[in-house]
Amino acid sequence: MTYQSRADLGGSPDSRAVLPEAEGELFHAPWEPRVLALTLAMGATGLWNIDMSRSARETLENYSELSYYEIWLAGLQKLLLRSGATSADEISSGRMSRPAIDAHVLSLQAVAGVLAAGAPVSRVPGRPARFTVGQAVRTRAVAPPHHTRLPGYARGKQGTIERVHGAHVFADSNAQGQGEQPQWLYTVVFDAADLWSPPPPGGAPTRVSIDAWESYLAPA
Amino acid sequence: MTDHDNHDHDHEGSDLSPMELRVRALETVLTAKGYIDPAALDLLIDTYKNKIGPRNGARVVARAWSDPEFRRWLLRDATAAIASLGFGGRQGEHMIAVENTAEVHNLVVCTLCSCYPWSILGLPPTWYKSAPYRSRAVKDPRGVLKDFGVDLPESTGIRVWDSTAEVRYLVIPRRPSGSELLEEAALANLVTRDSMIGTGLPQTPSGAS
Repeated sequence: MTYQSRADLGGSPDSRAVLPEAEGELFHAPWEPRVLALTLAMGATGLWNIDMSRSARETLENYSELSYYEIWLAGLQKLLLRSGATSADEISSGRMSRPAIDAHVLSLQAVAGVLAAGAPVSRVPGRPARFTVGQAVRTRAVAPPHHTRLPGYARGKQGTIERVHGAHVFADSNAQGQGEQPQWLYTVVFDAADLWSPPPPGGAPTRVSIDAWESYLAPA
Repeated sequence: MTDHDNHDHDHEGSDLSPMELRVRALETVLTAKGYIDPAALDLLIDTYKNKIGPRNGARVVARAWSDPEFRRWLLRDATAAIASLGFGGRQGEHMIAVENTAEVHNLVVCTLCSCYPWSILGLPPTWYKSAPYRSRAVKDPRGVLKDFGVDLPESTGIRVWDSTAEVRYLVIPRRPSGSELLEEAALANLVTRDSMIGTGLPQTPSGAS
């Protein structure tokens, strides 16, 4: 089975201008804030995790045609179906036709506390870090057939460990429902000239960093 | 919000857009099944419209500009330093602050989705989530900066931070000249959202409102 993320956009050909936006301009249709809130509230039910959400969105076949909150809505519907929380008929009709499954409900009273607590992903490491600051590393060249957080443009590239963040929940396993399997997380910095040919135009050199889990990396 | 300008209707069925109807149907069935509390939804929206936004981050930057000890703390342990001002939680659990200098200008992107430090900047702007920004920021950052009217000296290097995990980045812009005598609250007014992402520069005191 192949897995295709349609959200991995770094470096893809796109000459369109970026359009700045005023600071208070958050939504562009009345339904957008509802989709935001529905996604956050359903995320708090515990029926899926944030990595599953990202995976559901990035694999939408029409990802590139959808606006941001359309992507969120389609992702949410996919997760509702997959988890068995609702049927397709319930989603389209808006009418309940099957019993609910067990889920934690985010109550009005709990909102402030849930937002303030967040969901830290740092974990106690099970073993020492494999890499140290300043060490040269090479990133994995091949994309795995599942959700991953190593962007395509940074695959098979040589970079340098710049920071060691501690052990974090591993997105790849968490997205597949295989548990947190925490791994050491590093900031790996690349010279842009090692990522792009030709290198970015103009002036002093550009450097680009990613945050990479240990299994994305090998000694260079 | 400009939605009231072009939705001058009685909120009855057929004149709602297909998206509006789709979202309403979903909210209705999720409420009926007991998965959501609509009042909690209202509070979530109100929180990100009115309480958690880039003014939080501006206070952090203004403190860093005016208090050298806080600046050092912010650069060493941003999560704790930011928490000391009362900001933290969702999408700000693991913070790193990066400082602009004459030598390096920092720019933050999430090429894989839309990761963004909500606790101090609120919800990301549309352009941050857009394909052009996510495509170009890592490959042609100077070109992206030009879209924002920012033209850096050739001698300034650019450092792009692609937020590919759960670490979130705050750019500490350079304190503008002419701001030496300003108090912290006035300094915060100079700090724009875009300057904390790296796509903008702070306002100068004369240009500040």
